[in-house]
Amino acid sequence: MTNLLDAREIYGGYGGVDILQGTNLRVAPDEIVVIIGPNGAGKSTAMKAVFGLLRIRAGEVRYKGEAITNAKPEQMVRRGIAYVPQEKNVFPSLTVRENLEMGAYLMKGDLSKRLDKVYTLFPKLAERRRQQAGLMSGGERQMVAMGRALMIDPELLMLDEPTAGLSPLLIDETFERIKEINAQGIGVLMVEQNAKQALAIADRGYVLATGRNRHEDTGPNLLADPEVAEMFLGG
Amino acid sequence: MELSGIASYLVSFLTFAGVYAVLALGLNMQWGFTGQFNIGIAGFFAVGAYTSAILTTPSSPAYLGGFGMPFLVGLAGAVIAATIIGVIIGLITARLRTDYLAIASIGIAEMIRLFIKNEDWLSNGVRGIAGIPRPLEGTPLDTPLGYLLVVAVFVVAVYFLVERAYASPWGRVLRAIRENEPATAAAGKDIANFRLQAFVLGSAIMGLGGGLYAHFFGFLSPEAFMPLYGTFIVWVMLIAGGSGNNRGAILGAVVVWGVWSVTELLTDLLPAEHATQGAALRVLLIGVLLQVILVTRPEGILPEKPPRLIADRRRKR
Amino acid sequence: MTDILQLLVYGLVLGSVLTMGAIGVSMIFGILRFAHFAHGDFMTLGAYLGLAFISAFHLSAWWALPAAMVGMAVIAVFIDQVLYRRLRRTQPVILLIASFGMALILRSLVQLIWGSDNQTYATGIQFPWRLDWLGGIRLKPDHLWIMLISLGLVIAVHLFLTRSRLGKAMRAMSDNMDLALVSGIPAERVIMVTWVIGGALAAAAGVFLGIDTRLHPVMGWTALLPVFAATILGGIGRPYGAIAGGMIIGVSMEMSTLLIPAAYKPAVAFAIMVGMLILRPQGIFKGTL
Repeated sequence: MTNLLDAREIYGGYGGVDILQGTNLRVAPDEIVVIIGPNGAGKSTAMKAVFGLLRIRAGEVRYKGEAITNAKPEQMVRRGIAYVPQEKNVFPSLTVRENLEMGAYLMKGDLSKRLDKVYTLFPKLAERRRQQAGLMSGGERQMVAMGRALMIDPELLMLDEPTAGLSPLLIDETFERIKEINAQGIGVLMVEQNAKQALAIADRGYVLATGRNRHEDTGPNLLADPEVAEMFLGG
Repeated sequence: MELSGIASYLVSFLTFAGVYAVLALGLNMQWGFTGQFNIGIAGFFAVGAYTSAILTTPSSPAYLGGFGMPFLVGLAGAVIAATIIGVIIGLITARLRTDYLAIASIGIAEMIRLFIKNEDWLSNGVRGIAGIPRPLEGTPLDTPLGYLLVVAVFVVAVYFLVERAYASPWGRVLRAIRENEPATAAAGKDIANFRLQAFVLGSAIMGLGGGLYAHFFGFLSPEAFMPLYGTFIVWVMLIAGGSGNNRGAILGAVVVWGVWSVTELLTDLLPAEHATQGAALRVLLIGVLLQVILVTRPEGILPEKPPRLIADRRRKR
Repeated sequence: MTDILQLLVYGLVLGSVLTMGAIGVSMIFGILRFAHFAHGDFMTLGAYLGLAFISAFHLSAWWALPAAMVGMAVIAVFIDQVLYRRLRRTQPVILLIASFGMALILRSLVQLIWGSDNQTYATGIQFPWRLDWLGGIRLKPDHLWIMLISLGLVIAVHLFLTRSRLGKAMRAMSDNMDLALVSGIPAERVIMVTWVIGGALAAAAGVFLGIDTRLHPVMGWTALLPVFAATILGGIGRPYGAIAGGMIIGVSMEMSTLLIPAAYKPAVAFAIMVGMLILRPQGIFKGTL
């Protein structure tokens, strides 16, 4: 079957220096795929390159079989790909509701159905809809950020370290939500530092190092791999 | 025009280009080296010019002055006065982003002009100060060529000063601040202090430029320190010549002053009733020239070349 | 007492003018991250466009307002597309230099086309109302109109920013440019609308100034410093702060004439601004520093 996302041998980076050295990524529909790796491996860079935020110098990205290499973020959103950056992922002076509306900026038609769907997943956002996002806690802001991305009813959701800086309790909750989102038939590609927990919910995982694929396997297999365990899972 | 006429025109042209070269070098210290956006050059220019004029003119009932001091004392006064203003503005704005410096600096320049225009006791207001003594009065060198020589000496002196500063460890820190402020701060450098030093040094140089201007032009009025003549043209000179490059600053001053002078010759051909239109047309041309440079060759005629000794020339992004 | 009330009225009129300019400066800063130094000359050009329109069609003075606003909105977008857009990928400070150059270009264009002499909209001699219930102060109909129309424009901008999708997108972009891009908000369209609003409001400020006093090629440049002071006071990048900033600066400038010569009015704006930069550089309403 066709992959949802298929990035082949991509090269690219900042200012003429290639951080990605032939990275490969694949996400099938309904899959949760996790990218792990040491600092500087190019995990976030790979996400940005796929989403059109960084120039890909060589290689190809396909979405549902169609080439989208170096398409603009706006085009990605129109195709149904949503991306949540790691930091600064809300509009702080806008209310929760306005943040969500901005997620659906390009979408035509009724907003309320989309809003209801997000509010069902994150009931807390419904309670706080009039609050300014900048005044919320880190966990709540992460909900706003994911909610904003879900407003386009994406087929592929890209999350850059969704649990960074959250308390253990909130980390558990975030992974639960990601599973729920995936259960609605949305493919998830995420970069994670909490490799153990992330691999536990993942269908497949990639280990990236110096911009190349080091390992690729199912979540459980990577968890069981002694080398991976030693490198990233704290022994 | 006779040959001697052309020669004397050329001498006075180069003299003024030299004064502007000093101003452009001062701006290069601030903008080219440290990325500080001072658009109040006219203020420092005016403070320097008026200080030197008041210190050196013979006494007059109309305004403060009558100290009758020598040329060099006047220039020293010009530098000191501009330094003081530079310290004040620098202290206020060194911690702030450069847009605030831009606004504050143009504000102070306008305030200074307002003050000069309205305080007759100090500056004779709009009537201005005339009869400012020439630098070499009483010597055989009291000729246009002599003035040019004096200006040339100052341009060369300032050039070597600024060039030394650029290549020194101190100059290296300034460039590091411009290129990557957080990293420089992380390296333990007191950014605000370095910035302040560069700003004050640049201001002092502009004050010197003002002093030179007063003595060669011989007459001062607030009109000379409108943002256009005092500030804008210096910016165009530096950007055209190449920000960060001291030779570029000097070359830019000569080229742009050349363009400015040629347009003056051309608009002088217009009938007298269109004189104001002609002046506006010249400003328009200089403005368009700036935009064309910014869009097509933002690095200027002579782009900046950092000294080779710095091994690390990688730039992020 | 009457003097103070009278100056308060003048201050609110001036404050209305400054607010019209400051909202635009603040929005442009919020979206494009540079202090727009040609804004004063946008005001000037707007005022002259209005003059050209009413003299061409022999209309009364207030018709200058809509004509100037439409004309300046178009010109602002045009300048952005031709010049500023090409410089957007460089540092914002290059845009600042370019806008400084644009200020001089516009001013010399005004001088070339309309000359350097003072001109007026010829509203005729107005008899001010004497408000006995307010300590006998005098209020000119023009002044009342300036304040009312400004209020109307402020409300319109407020509704646009809080109710319309594009207005919300504008606030979103000002908040977080990268996230706006990621959300698929069309940056170029938002920028265009920013110039439409900024240009139109600057033109309104110019026409108000022209109706209140006279038209002159440096009228806008003179107002630029108080406009920036109002912007900084309100928190740069915060259009709502600009309203408070504009009123405070306007009233302070007029009130200062009780104590110091009127020639130093701009110095008052500058002094308040410097005080603000020292004490609270982010402005009253905590702008995007």
